[in-house]
Amino acid sequence: MIHRESGILKTTYEADMALYPLPIARWTVAAIALFMFLVLPLSVDDYYLSIVNLISIAVIGALGLNILVGYTGQISIGHGAFMSVGAYTAANLAVRFGMPFWIALPAGGLMAALVGAVVGIPSLRIKGLYLAIATLAGQLIIEWTINHVTWISGGVQASIQVPRPDLFGLPIATQRQMYFFLLVFVVLAVVGTLNLIRSRIGRAFIAIRDHDIAAEIIGIDIFRYKLLAFAVSSFYAGVTGVLYTYYLGIANYEQFQITVSIDYLAMIIIGGLGSVLGSIFGAIFVTLLPIVIRLTMESFGDLLFSPGAVLNTIPNLRLILFGVLIIFFLVVEPEGLNRLWRNIRSYFRVWPFAY
Amino acid sequence: MRRALAITLGLVLAVGASLAGPGTAQAQKEIVIGIQCDRTGATQTVGVYICPGAHDYIKLVNFRGGVEGHKIKAIEIDHEYKVPQAMEAYERHKKEGAVSIFLYGTPQTQALTAKLTEDRIPGTSPGFGTAAAADGTKYPFIFPIAATYWSQGAAAVKFAKDQLGGSLKGKKIAFIYFDNPAGREPLPVLEDLAQVEGFQLKTFAVPPPGIEMGAQVLDIAQRFRADFVIAHLFGRSPSVSIKELKRAGYPLRKVVSFVWGSAEADIEAAGGWAVAEGYNTMQFAGVGPNYPVLNEIREMYKKEGKEPPKEMASTVYYNRGVLIAALHVEAIRNALKAKPGGNITGADVKAGFEKIKGFTMGGLVPPLEISATDHEGGGWVQIFQVKGGKFEKQTDWFKSYPEVIAKHVKAAK
Repeated sequence: MIHRESGILKTTYEADMALYPLPIARWTVAAIALFMFLVLPLSVDDYYLSIVNLISIAVIGALGLNILVGYTGQISIGHGAFMSVGAYTAANLAVRFGMPFWIALPAGGLMAALVGAVVGIPSLRIKGLYLAIATLAGQLIIEWTINHVTWISGGVQASIQVPRPDLFGLPIATQRQMYFFLLVFVVLAVVGTLNLIRSRIGRAFIAIRDHDIAAEIIGIDIFRYKLLAFAVSSFYAGVTGVLYTYYLGIANYEQFQITVSIDYLAMIIIGGLGSVLGSIFGAIFVTLLPIVIRLTMESFGDLLFSPGAVLNTIPNLRLILFGVLIIFFLVVEPEGLNRLWRNIRSYFRVWPFAY
Repeated sequence: MRRALAITLGLVLAVGASLAGPGTAQAQKEIVIGIQCDRTGATQTVGVYICPGAHDYIKLVNFRGGVEGHKIKAIEIDHEYKVPQAMEAYERHKKEGAVSIFLYGTPQTQALTAKLTEDRIPGTSPGFGTAAAADGTKYPFIFPIAATYWSQGAAAVKFAKDQLGGSLKGKKIAFIYFDNPAGREPLPVLEDLAQVEGFQLKTFAVPPPGIEMGAQVLDIAQRFRADFVIAHLFGRSPSVSIKELKRAGYPLRKVVSFVWGSAEADIEAAGGWAVAEGYNTMQFAGVGPNYPVLNEIREMYKKEGKEPPKEMASTVYYNRGVLIAALHVEAIRNALKAKPGGNITGADVKAGFEKIKGFTMGGLVPPLEISATDHEGGGWVQIFQVKGGKFEKQTDWFKSYPEVIAKHVKAAK
């Protein structure tokens, strides 16, 4: 991540595919784990942890979408709806049958995977913008269904209150408890994605992205792998939806509307398509930026405007700044924050001898 | 590349600096209220008036020396009508030590209900949120404080009954609503009342974003031939409904709108006061510029040498903001009376809300009676009609079918 080997000296496939190419990588990962599991939760208060929690949930969703869009080259504008499928599945299981979270959560993911695979069927015949519209249709159909079928949505309000998850009788309610709960799933999602991509399946995904006809000729079953990509990606989305539900204590379709699908697409495009680190960067950027802009303006806004005007200006200026910064970062580096990060690394690798 | 790097590093530094910036300690004995607002999201037409109204009232309270000697600090956070942002805003308010939260939006209220109960901080959801929250024993920390959608539905039926000569037997009532959870909420109550009063109810859903309803309105006016129309729409759609009903030749004096389709902005967007003549609007706060508290706010600005804010022109939403803030302040006043010294908690303010009674501010606030079991305070509304370029009061404060509402509140999960 922050280290780099001094040359390409690999002689075996195993070395090339290793998760930790260098011993220092192991130490970096250990240090990050120590920071995330001990230093961060013990040093900051609930408010900042609540922001980290929102980022954690977003990271899982962004990773899932990146598997589909970044690695397999298929597009989906239906991920918000897949999240709602996971959310309502888990909510119904938890409320009607009293299922614990460790059953409701994978069940939500699997149901979303199933629905996602069905919505992904058009990907066998169409690509690009056409597929975007097909998945958009999926989004709208799922939204409508949840909104109107009270058997799923639990009444005209279309929202289901979900009890807090509990682990061995200990309820997970505070932001700090929720932080550890979510962190476990973030770790699973990151490690899972890293391993998926270097496996046979991941390589098939990448082959399909790079040239689907060529992939078919070398023996990859396009039908199977495209649907698998949709299913895996939707599984992540479903889990994201379940985690939102447990985090907020409610399943509500209004928080999974089309703008959410767009937000997640924005995350992976800003972060970098086809990279795990990029998904994390994107999720952090999109979640954190509005908050940081607001805090900055609250601190310095009084210097420029009257207090009444600040209240009216902050939210609007925040939207404008958010857009401007996204454009700025994409102009600086069209391939996303991940590429920017790699450029910084390669710059310092030879520093101070730039040439 | 190097310049880009410099800019990136600069930004990173700025981010770090800004994170370290806020959250500094408050001056002692200041009491904090959290205000969640939507000035930029789906319902921004409401937020840009209701929030300044709340701020001005709190400013007035501080201008007059505070509550029992304590100043009040209102922290506003815009959540763009999004649920995750509302969660983040709530955590921020909690961190700043807020003793009560001014919630905004139905999904946001529902998402924060569990948190508020766990943290024992009262939140208000006037005119939106879950109608079942009127039951203070089931939702101890949620205060609708104004008529819920169920009470609004009952009030609309009562108004229709009075307008149609005292009986609804065999009459036809059309309910046109925004097709989202908040829009559908009054349905069970209306269906019940159709049985009780013996009228025929037909529902017409308007899919979001609600700017296309020609077919539904034509159906109401010409096929179903409704005797009365109850409209429950949000955002841009109330103005569209006025325009379309007018075009279909339906008399607007036979239309009554729920509280979120009842503002000056809706009338103006529909083509002006002349177009909307006769349209009936339901209100949970007094409408118009002539209440003593509004005069005091104007005077306060005059003493400061400033013009009164232009938001005051939208009396419907501005007055609602004043009402909500006033009830928060009143609850805090009750809490401070019970526990002088200023170290009040959310639970104290909850008890303070439950003591509000006979606080009418010269007619701006209905004769609420909030208690530990009734967090709605009675479900009072007033009907104002568009007449000669302004809203004219049609009825005094009234509540309708309390026994039907009570049955639904009790049956709710």
